This record gives sequence, structure tokens and C-alpha cells, in this order.
Amino acid sequence: MDDLVSEFITETAEGLSALDVELVTLEQNPSDPAILGGIFRIIHTIKGTCGFLGLPRLERLSHAAENVLCDLRDGDLQVTPEAVTLIFNTLDQLKTIISVLEETGLEPGGDDAGLIAELNAMAAPIAREDASFADGSFADASFDDDGDMIDLGPPAADDDGMIDLGLPAVDDIPLETMPLAAVADTPELVADTAPNAPPREIAAAAQNIRVSVNLLENLMTMVSELVLTRNQLMQTMRNEQSSAFTRPLQRLNHITSELQEGVMKTRMQPIGNAWNKLPRIVRDLSQDLGKQVDLEMIGAETELDRQVLEIIKDPLTHMVRNSCDHGPESSAERLAAGKPETGQITLQAAHEGGHIVITISDDDKGLDLERIKSNVLEKGLASSAEIDALSDQESLQFIFKPGFSTASTVTNVSGRGAGMDVVRTNIERIGGAISLQSTAGLGTSFSIKIPLTLAIVAALIVEAGDQRFAIPQISVLELVRASASSDHRIEHIDHTPLLRLRDRLLPLLHLGNMLELSDETVSSDADSFIVVAQVGNHTFGIVVDEVFDIEEIVVKPVAPLLRNLAVFSGNTILGDGSVVMILDPNGLAEKVGAARVSQNNSATDRRAPEGKSAADMVSLLVFNAGHGVRKAAPFSLVARLEEMATGDIEIADGRLLAQYRDSLMPLMPVYPELDLHAHTPRPIILFNDGPRWAGLIVDEIIDIVEQPLIAEIKGEMPGVMGAIIVDGQSTELIDTAYYLTRLHSDWFAASTKTAPSNNAILVIDDSPFFRHLLNPLLKQAGYAVTSVESAERALDLKASGAAFDLIVSDIEMPGMDGFTFAETVKSSPEWGHIPLIALSGKQNVGRLEQGRISGFTNYVGKTDREGLLATLSSTLESAGGRI
Amino acid sequence: MNQGLANSYESGNERVHSIQQSFVTASIAGQRIGIPIAEVQDVLNKQKIHKIPLSPPAIVGALNLRGRIVTALDLRLCLNLEPCAVPESAMSIVVEDKNELYSLLVDEIGDVETPPSHLYERPPATLGPAWRTVCSGVYRMDEALLLTLDSAKMLETTVEGAVIQ
Repeated sequence: MDDLVSEFITETAEGLSALDVELVTLEQNPSDPAILGGIFRIIHTIKGTCGFLGLPRLERLSHAAENVLCDLRDGDLQVTPEAVTLIFNTLDQLKTIISVLEETGLEPGGDDAGLIAELNAMAAPIAREDASFADGSFADASFDDDGDMIDLGPPAADDDGMIDLGLPAVDDIPLETMPLAAVADTPELVADTAPNAPPREIAAAAQNIRVSVNLLENLMTMVSELVLTRNQLMQTMRNEQSSAFTRPLQRLNHITSELQEGVMKTRMQPIGNAWNKLPRIVRDLSQDLGKQVDLEMIGAETELDRQVLEIIKDPLTHMVRNSCDHGPESSAERLAAGKPETGQITLQAAHEGGHIVITISDDDKGLDLERIKSNVLEKGLASSAEIDALSDQESLQFIFKPGFSTASTVTNVSGRGAGMDVVRTNIERIGGAISLQSTAGLGTSFSIKIPLTLAIVAALIVEAGDQRFAIPQISVLELVRASASSDHRIEHIDHTPLLRLRDRLLPLLHLGNMLELSDETVSSDADSFIVVAQVGNHTFGIVVDEVFDIEEIVVKPVAPLLRNLAVFSGNTILGDGSVVMILDPNGLAEKVGAARVSQNNSATDRRAPEGKSAADMVSLLVFNAGHGVRKAAPFSLVARLEEMATGDIEIADGRLLAQYRDSLMPLMPVYPELDLHAHTPRPIILFNDGPRWAGLIVDEIIDIVEQPLIAEIKGEMPGVMGAIIVDGQSTELIDTAYYLTRLHSDWFAASTKTAPSNNAILVIDDSPFFRHLLNPLLKQAGYAVTSVESAERALDLKASGAAFDLIVSDIEMPGMDGFTFAETVKSSPEWGHIPLIALSGKQNVGRLEQGRISGFTNYVGKTDREGLLATLSSTLESAGGRI
Repeated sequence: MNQGLANSYESGNERVHSIQQSFVTASIAGQRIGIPIAEVQDVLNKQKIHKIPLSPPAIVGALNLRGRIVTALDLRLCLNLEPCAVPESAMSIVVEDKNELYSLLVDEIGDVETPPSHLYERPPATLGPAWRTVCSGVYRMDEALLLTLDSAKMLETTVEGAVIQ
């Protein structure tokens, strides 16, 4: 049987048995709108699902029943015993049909015309578009004598319902496997009643058991407590070096971890399971509605608690259905609006700081605010004065009110007002939140945030203002210790603290200060611990007083009194018995002003306000060679690192040579007084150019660091480009060009295939290092090079009448940046024709585009020597050599 | 403690007063109060209370009661009185509401009392609003008036207050 159908049967059976109870309660309290609403929703769901599964008979019947219930709910009809009896009869009929459906996988032939007529008569006052439904023309089915058919679903499931481990079980047999004998009997039964029906996959059922969620819940709680106890024990034993308990405790530790993992697994399922139905629903719906809609699903593998999954499944289905129905315009409308013909609905799920965030977005015309307002008035949900006082965003929230619907016609899909309020109720029931954003003409996006209410997570324990807090490890990227003397400095722009971390600038927030525990602010001088956290694609630093351990914690929801504190996602009890709050990085980001952290992130990232700091990050290979200070070479130039015994190094032709890859490779020590007789292997830094290799002999490779390259002191000695500071130590930056040309005199010249005829090139780069690197490189390649340190200086040259064949310019520069420079040059009569090549530390498609717009002919990565030379010659060639 | 008598307690407005109720009594700012014994989970001596930053003033913090996290409330603030001087050493009464535990800090814990039902009075109409909403009745005891609290109602109003904040 179709998975969808068997799931439908289970769900519907549960719904129907709940209805029996509800209806009786309704008869006793006819005026209770909550009960009526509940009953209406169940029937509404059944009807909706039937429509999608292609079960016309069930759909017609439930549709007719829904009409009556709708009138009852809206007060157009009184709840009378007759009405209730009629609904009961309908329910019985629905059950009968479903039981046959379960048996055979097919709806029985037959006719409910009588019942539908009765229902329609009761709902008659209001004309329905579907009054012509009673058109059954099938022969009467003879299923009545199958009185002993398999009982449908669990009788009156408890609040938590049942959890189904694996494939849907055919029958409701709690906590025991299905007896094989019973299984064997069933197919024959099926064969008797419907020879053509496909046999059911019963073998799989024997592998699965149904377990009450309550049981798993208890198990989980116990495991959680066990984990906590284990943590406590481990903490106590940490100081005892050798004890009789050490080994058993280790075992306990492992087993507890495994147990915990196992129990968690029983509860986790990928959200994709809840999405399985959606593509088909969207497809069917878009066909029905004559629209073209694509459904894109991202993050289907995101795992979440089965219980949570169950609860959000229906709301999700409903919302996707809504998006289809209300959403995309017709193809013609879309084309007229300049959008692709096919509408797009995107479903996305991701873990975000201890929450699961699911977004459903479409690219339709957006919600119609005016219609929402008029609808609110019409249904009496608010007065016009109240509506006028609301902002647009607030007015949109009305779609979550019970009884609201903007669909102008009541269709089979939506428009009865049993919609978004149900969605919201379901989501809020599990402590989640739903928010909505709509832009007229561009689309609507719903965002559902569901907290992980019960789970064990690893969390980093930190301290701020003498209190400890837990930060979920999932959102912690790294820990940084910042001090005035280290690379990671804290700097301020207008009192806004920022952390310089490699090639990024991170906004910082002081945890103690933010939580109003201390008056301290982020200071540049003191040492501070910074937790670099990531929320979505936004990264920021949290300054804390102390960082402790990573602990496994059991997330407990905070008391309702504290639910509005967005900075906490829960609380927990640590190994030592103390209660700590779990920080929600999401809430923290919001707290410091989401705008600052989130919106301009990419801007802070790439274009540092000071112009210089984010630019020119270079990887450096740091090594020791000879006496004196450490040395460094640009790592991008290094081809390999090798180790060679000094015995392998020979002296010939007055040079050091070694055999490498079947050819001789010239070697050179970075310092002259190399002792070749020492037999210890030495590290060699290898450079490569086509078939040629060259090596520099050093004493020790220390590290590869990435840092902004600002030469502090220009080099005086040959082979030294300058002195820089790496990791707080002064370091000599070697001039690789010097060594390479010594090793192979034609090292750079050979790179360019056709020796250019002394073309004049202007190099603009604020970094002395790159100017030093480029000058010899370009000169060796046969160009006449002029280099300046700023765009302003270049423009001075222009004013003085200098002429060049090509300009190579950096992008990030203090003062005028490369883009502005390019625009200025391109619009000038003197230099307008000169091809421009952009140089930058990082390549990025967006910048490439921006560069093109500004007038750059080409774009080369800063350290891409080969690329630069090739680009130069090809650009000059296409420009026709010397102009 | 005598649970049998407490069975008559109902949370609705109308109570069956012919059957006696038992109350855990306490004093707060000189006023004797009583909480129906059926609602009381525990009576605690001084506890280590962990502060919760940014929380509403009435919330003193959270404490660990045998593995469950209990939110500690300063009853004085709930009743519009001056805050408790040393919340760290205050005694408290633990009540449960909607599966959540709350510990209500009081000045002093008294005995469990079962006042005769004929001493019961409805809450006086002239009581201040903070007290009126949480007071379920008054017993005219010999030594002093015993005011009984509807803890569920009180937590509800505190929660509402916290959400509005």
C-alpha cells in the first residue's frame, strides 16, 4: 500500500476515534466554541488529505460534513441532537469506508448520496459551490459482513500518541511484535475481498514495534539524569590519579555515552520524513489550480525529535498548501511582473543555536495587506480604529487569528479559516514561535523556530560577572584570547569594540555588561577571552571573564516566567549541582542589535572601515635559518616542503645541487655558513616553475601564519625584504626573488613566453611588500615598472604627463580605493584607453563584477605570480602591444 | 501531614466550606498567610540560589531541588511589598503550577493549621489589588487573621507581569 495512504489511515483513525468523544462532549456543551473548532479541524484535515490522495468518496462525504460543522461553528446552525446524530452517522460511514480502504488499498465502490443529501439539506441555507457532489453511480459494496475486520488504529490514544519505530505497523499492537500467524492470515483475507489489490508489506511490520512515546520520554529523562550523575562522578574523580574506581568509571562513561546516543537516536528523525508528502501535494495542487510551482527543499537531513516532527508535520503541510493556493500568481501574471514563469516555494531547515529553524518562503505577490485589513473588519476581529493604529507588520499578524481567511472563495484547499491559527497553536504548543515577513510583489516568508526542549547537548561553560553560563557548543566556532600584544587585538571604532581575527573584523559584546552583571566594557588593553559564536551566517565575539570546560548538559526549558528573555534558551544543572542558564546565541545577537551584527556583516567582513586592516592578509611560512631572528617567506610562493640529508646535497659547478624528481635541483642555504658535514636531515623549502625546481635550505620550519603584511622596516641586506612582526616576534621577510634569481638566473624571465618589448607598467599598491615583490618580478619579465603607493600618487603621475601601457592596481587601499581609481582613470582622456588590471588578496565573484563595472580589464589574485604574468602579456597583446 | 482533609480543596472560586482545609502557614511582613497543603511540594530551609540575569525583579533566581530546577520568587515583591532583605537565607515554600516548580520566599514558616470552616470569610472587598487577586479568603483566627493564598492565581499574575515587562 502507498505509504501516504497507510499513514492517512492511521491518522484518520486516530482523528475519528477522538471525534467520537468530542461529539458527545459537544452535545453536552453545545455552545463551546473550542470543542466545535476542534471537531471542525479534524474533519477539515480528513477532507483535505483525501483530496490529495485521490479518495473522492471520502472527500465528498467529509466535505458535506464539514459544511454542516462550519455552519455550526459560525452559529448559522444550532447544535441539535439531530445534527449530532447525522454527524455520527457520517463518521460511521467514514470509518466503514476507511476500513475497506485499509483492507484493500482502494476505496470501495458505493454511494453516499443519501447521507450527503441529508448533510447538504442541513447546511442548505448557504449555497456551496460543490452542491453537485452527490453523483455516486457505483454499485453498493458488500463490505458490511466484514464485521471482524482489523480494528483501526489505537483506541483513544493518550496525549502523546504512539511512536512508530520504522514502517507503519499494520495493526495497533502496543509493545509486542506482530504474531506471525496473524500476519500470514491477512493476505488471504485481502485476496478474497479484492483479488487485484496489491499485497501489503507485512514482513516489515514484524521487525518493528510500536512503543509509547511516554516510555521513550521516561527513558530519555533517566538517561539524562544518568549522564548528569556520570559527569558529577567524573568531575570528582578527575583529581584522583589512580584509584580503584578509575577503570569501572571509564566503562561507565563509555556505556553511558552509548546509551545516551542510542536513546537519542530512537527519537531523532530527519525532517525530510515530514516533507515526503509535500512534492506530490505541490504537484497535484499546482495542476488543480493551473499554476506552475516548484518546491525546493533544503536541509532535509536536519534531524529533530520525532515528537516535535509529528507536531510540526501538519502545520508544515498546511503552510505549503497555503503557499500554493494563495501564493504564486498565474504564469501570465508572473511574466507580466517580470518574474520567471514558474513560482518557487522554498522549504529550508537548519539547526541554529539550539533551535531548529524552518523557513517556508515563496516568490509570489506577497500578502495583500488591504485585503487582510478589510477581512479583519468583516469578521469583526478588530475595529477600524484599532487597525489604523497598527503597523503593516502588526496587521499581517492577523492571519494567525482564529476565523481569519483571505481566500475569496471557499475551495477544497483553503479558505475556511481553520488555517494559520491551527499552525500557530501547534507550534506554540511545543514552545516554538512563528514569524512572518511579506514584501508586496516579492514574496512571503514564514519562519518557524522550534526549541530543542529535551536534549543533551555539549556546551561550553563560561563565566561572566561571577556567574557561570553555558553556550551550546554547536554555535561556538573557536575561542580566542585577545591581548594588546597578540595578533588578535581588540580595537574600537566610536566605542564599538571589534576583534581583528585573521581576515575578519568581528563585532564584540561583553557578556557581563550585556547581562547587567557588571559595568565593565570591552577594553583593548586587558587580556580577554572571546568566544567566537556563529548564528546563521553571522559571526560575532562574546567577551567573557573565564572559560571553563565543555560539559554535556541536559537542556531544560526555562520557567514560563522567563520565556520572554530571548538571551536564554534553557537552563541546566551542572555536574556540581549548580543551576546555570544556557545562552541563546541568537538572542544574544538580537540583544546587541541584530542590525549591527547581522545586516552589514559582509561589509565589515570585506571592507574594513580603516581601509587597511582587512586587506593584504598573507600566509607566511615562518622558519629558522642560521643565527639571528626568525625568517619568513610568502607561503603562496612555496611549492613544497621537503627534508633532505646533508649527504644528499652535492657540490658541483660551485653550486649546491641535489637530485630531485630525476633532475638536478640547485639549492642554496638562506645563510652562508651552512655546515654541510652535519648529517642531520634538513628541511628544504622548494620552489617550482614548470620543470625547474629550486630549494632553500633552512634549519627548522616553525609555522604557517596568516596575518596582515605590513613591513615595519625596509630591508637593507640583499635577500631581505624587510622586518615584520609575527606572533609578537620580529621576523625577517626574505626576498624570494633574490634567492630564486641567484639559483636560476632566468627564473622570472622564462615565465613569460614572449619577451615583451619593454612595455611600461604602472603598479599601484599600498603595501611595500607587494611592491617589492612585483617590481623585480615584472622587471625580470622585461617590463619597465613604475610603482607608487597610492591612487592619488598615480593620478599625480597622470597630471604630470606620464604614459603607461598598462596599469596594475590594488583594490583595498587607504584613501582612494581601486574601484574609484579605475572609474577616474577610465573617464579621463589621457589614460582612458590604458588597460587596467586589478590585484587583490582575495578573489570573489562579487568583487570581480564590481571591478568590471569600474573599468578593470582583468582581475588577478595578489599572490598568483604566474597568473599575473600571463594576464599581463595577454592583456597587452589584445591591446596591440605598445600604443 | 494530614492529606485527608486537604482533599476537599478545589481550585475554582466556589469551595466546599463544610469540610476543613489544611494550610501550611508562613509569615510575610508581619502578615500570616496560608497555602493549601495539597499545593505544597516542599518546605525549604535556606538554599543556594543561582541568580538569573535580566529576570523580572520578583524572580530571585533558580535552585536545584533534587535534580529539578525550581524558580525562586520573592513573595514580598509578588505582593507589592518591600523586597526580601537576604533572599539567600530565606525559607521558602515550593509549589507546583503547570508542571513547573516555584519556591516562594517567605520570612518565616509556621505550623500546618486546619482552621475551623466557620471562621472563613471571603476576601475583603477593600483589599489592595495586588492582594485581592491572589487572596482566596481570610480565617478569623484568635491570635491573628490568616490570609489564604491562591498560588496558581498568584503565579499567573506574576507570569503575566513578567511577560508584559
